[in-house]
Amino acid sequence: MADTSAQIQQQQPSRSRDLDKLLLRPGNLVGPRFEPGAELRDDLQEFAKVLVVGAGGLGCELLKDLALSGFRNLDVIDMDRIEVTNLNRQFLFRLEDVGKPKAEVAAKRVMERISGVNIVPHFCRIEDKEIEFYNDFSIIALGLDSIEARSYINTVACSFLEYDSDDNPREETIKPMVDGGTEGFKGHARVIMPGITPCFECTIWLFPPQVKFPLCTLAETPRTAAHCIEYAHLIKWDEVHRGVPFDPDNPENMKWVYDEAVKRAELFGIPGVTYSFTQGVVKNIIPAIASTNAIISAACALETLKIATECSKTLSNYLTYNGSEGLHTKVTEFERDKDCLVCGPGIRIELDPSITLQKFMDLLEEHPKLRLSKASVTHRGKNLYMQAPPVLEEMTRSNLTLSLFNLMGKLPKDIVHVNGMTSKNDQKTSCLRKLRVVFKGIDGVTDMDTAGGA
Amino acid sequence: MAEPKVKYDRQLRIWGDQGQAALEKSNICLLNCGPTGSETLKNLVLGGIGSITVVDGSKVEVGDLGNNFLVDEASLGEPKAKIVCSFLQELNDAVKAKYIEEYPDKLIETNPSFFSQFTLVVATQLVESSMVKLDKICREANVILIFARSYGLAGFVRISLKEHTVIESKPEHFLDDLRLNNPWPELKRFAEGFELNVHDPVAHKHIPYVVILVKMADEWAKSHGGRLPSTREEKKEFKELLKAGMVAPDEDNYKEAMESSFKVFAPRGISSELQLILNDSSVEVDSSSSDFWVLVAALKDFVANEGGGEAPLEGSIPDMTSSTEQYVNLQNIYQAKAEADFLAIERMARNTLKKIGGDPNSIPRATIKSFCKNARKLKVCRYRPIEDEFNSPNLSELQKYLTDEDHSFAVGIYILLRAVDRFAANYNRFPGQFDSAMDEDIARLKSTSISLLNELGCNSATLADDLINEMCRFGASELHAVAALVGGIASQEVIKLITRQFVPITGTYIFNGIDHKSQLLLL
Ligand SMILES: [Zn+2]
Repeated sequence: MADTSAQIQQQQPSRSRDLDKLLLRPGNLVGPRFEPGAELRDDLQEFAKVLVVGAGGLGCELLKDLALSGFRNLDVIDMDRIEVTNLNRQFLFRLEDVGKPKAEVAAKRVMERISGVNIVPHFCRIEDKEIEFYNDFSIIALGLDSIEARSYINTVACSFLEYDSDDNPREETIKPMVDGGTEGFKGHARVIMPGITPCFECTIWLFPPQVKFPLCTLAETPRTAAHCIEYAHLIKWDEVHRGVPFDPDNPENMKWVYDEAVKRAELFGIPGVTYSFTQGVVKNIIPAIASTNAIISAACALETLKIATECSKTLSNYLTYNGSEGLHTKVTEFERDKDCLVCGPGIRIELDPSITLQKFMDLLEEHPKLRLSKASVTHRGKNLYMQAPPVLEEMTRSNLTLSLFNLMGKLPKDIVHVNGMTSKNDQKTSCLRKLRVVFKGIDGVTDMDTAGGA
Repeated sequence: MAEPKVKYDRQLRIWGDQGQAALEKSNICLLNCGPTGSETLKNLVLGGIGSITVVDGSKVEVGDLGNNFLVDEASLGEPKAKIVCSFLQELNDAVKAKYIEEYPDKLIETNPSFFSQFTLVVATQLVESSMVKLDKICREANVILIFARSYGLAGFVRISLKEHTVIESKPEHFLDDLRLNNPWPELKRFAEGFELNVHDPVAHKHIPYVVILVKMADEWAKSHGGRLPSTREEKKEFKELLKAGMVAPDEDNYKEAMESSFKVFAPRGISSELQLILNDSSVEVDSSSSDFWVLVAALKDFVANEGGGEAPLEGSIPDMTSSTEQYVNLQNIYQAKAEADFLAIERMARNTLKKIGGDPNSIPRATIKSFCKNARKLKVCRYRPIEDEFNSPNLSELQKYLTDEDHSFAVGIYILLRAVDRFAANYNRFPGQFDSAMDEDIARLKSTSISLLNELGCNSATLADDLINEMCRFGASELHAVAALVGGIASQEVIKLITRQFVPITGTYIFNGIDHKSQLLLL
């Protein structure tokens, strides 16, 4: 019986002809919960919902790859508009699209060519969305070129993670992410299962901060073309245009910096200042080509399919690709940072039940691991206090004098999310922290809980 | 039309105007435009490849809609080559795109001279017998050939041509050419103009570290019978001397000198890799020699004579703590030496050209300049004919791969990708292509792979049953994500081969999409 039905299926032309081999047939090298069959394919099409963050070089490829890997419900978020320099790799865009929002054009182009796929574009900043927006997706695929944006999405995805009383992650709260990045002939693809594999923050050292030139070199002993350019960009601009910020996207501003850099280079006898190089230094342009983006996105899309269906083993957990000298690929199994403030169970804070919300916030500022100021506090999705917008601030201000224990529904212990500012390398950055608040002397808090947090 | 300079800005930063010009001059042929082939060309067309010819004999079927972005519902029943070609044209109107509706296997059989018009052929999804035939044709015609294949979660990319030589290999990490272990007279004289004990603290902390090291090495040699530090103790002692020379803790130039002191200890002369190139039989040049080998012959002459065992100086120096004036002066010293070395090589090359009966000016100055600048980084890649590899692979490597845990999956995929073609030749279908005969196919694929291993001389070797099962499960499917990945790699290799920059893959790259532990196999 199985044979005949299979034969019939074979004869019927199907879009899923190739994918069905992977999804409908049992396999030996598969995930533990792989259940092959038409239902798996149909569920993938109907229920799996993937968010693609970024509609640039990686994002365009990701949308195409996912749409041709059985996913039908996709969202894409990107705040940028299409530029001419995108056209050498962002294959969903044409010259006549320049100036239009990337997310909207990318979504439209893929839907035009692949029927049955629905892609919702979001033309906005990732920070503009409510945190809950991100909870709606089964998997988040990141096609970004900035560390800050990766860090933000990572924090958001990890904020959904809950731990049980034994400090094991609750499976249903894990929000998987796949992340790709490229530079020239090189790139990486990784799988992040918050609470199980290292999150972006656990391995932040993989992305060392950019080296900046010392100001005294720029001002006193320039030696290279880059020194001359950065002098014009960072020092001379402010001297001449007091108070007017430099806009790297304004061609007149760029030309001014270039001309100044040329003057300085001539003065010191330094070769190599060109307009193109000036743009590269000032905008920190990362060279990008179609092939590398295609490779890295395809690896990410394949892993997204595996996470959703368990149709094969998953990448564990970090793939590096380098095609500049021959071809070197390597899989590294990085370890979680057990004390990670982002994906860990959260910092445990013991409080007296009488403490007010205001007093609690003062405590956060003094806490050596947090040093968190300008805090906004939420508990189970409810805003206890919000710094902004003003309407919300006014609405929640009265909570400041109330007892936190009461505000949290008299629970002996629970998770509280705090959004605020902290300083990192002498710079103020915004951060989202998860805190495990425990009230002293309330029933239900036992010695075991305390031991578990150690 | 957009200014190409702006449109290609992000890639011009990688391969420059020359690389771009080479791409725009090239003429590429694609065999089979399923997703693997289509994705390969898509990446190349975006980058502004010159012209493309798409060869495929099939019509667009419903199944193609599920794995190939370059075909759509409206094109059902149309020639696939035509549809893919027109989409590619839409991506970049600067590219000359045409198509031929013909099965590649047939074209290889009936019209071998067809291929000689191309710079490069990308052959996707070919079976073994066609690969072997096409390889012979392209080698004969001096056409670069790249094979790419996606098969379920597996795949491979293999380049084939007699020889590929690279001047601009652009390695990511390569030691700068400061010659601190072997300074020439002008550099020594420049260093002598500095006083390391200068009292002015500002002057002291702006002495370039190159000067510090040349002077300190010279002093050391004077007190050690002309030798430089060589033992671990001596190197440590040398570093201590450097540290002792500091007058303030914030002297970056001295810190740089200590970090770079190993450059003083580095062995003199050329690397063993470059020596191998100089020893190559192609250095015996004649009228049929390429410019590259004529230049290598000149380089060999230079190293043996003027160069005193060293390659021509690169001429550029890294940024280092220094006053502007002294840095520019130092740069001039290096550039002058590089220019002198270049002139010597140029003279030798022009003489060689005359000797072998060529035009002494046939190699442009810019090429010779670039050759000198990159002399330490030259690369020569050679590829075995496919037939040779298939009939007699490097047995010791093969056996090593089969027993090595890191390579076992990759070599298994390599063998099984050959076994599925044998299977198909015998049974007129790929293993697992239809659901009905899975168990039978698994057993047959297993015996096919075992007999293949026996033929290759690996008598006791077997492959993991799990992997054989998986290959049958894949059933010759071409999954889009795998095709995009394999096609992406193929297009990256095309770029390296055509621009003659960076280093292409040597050997066979096996893509393992099961756990991404892909490997390069040298067989
Ligand atoms: Zn973490």
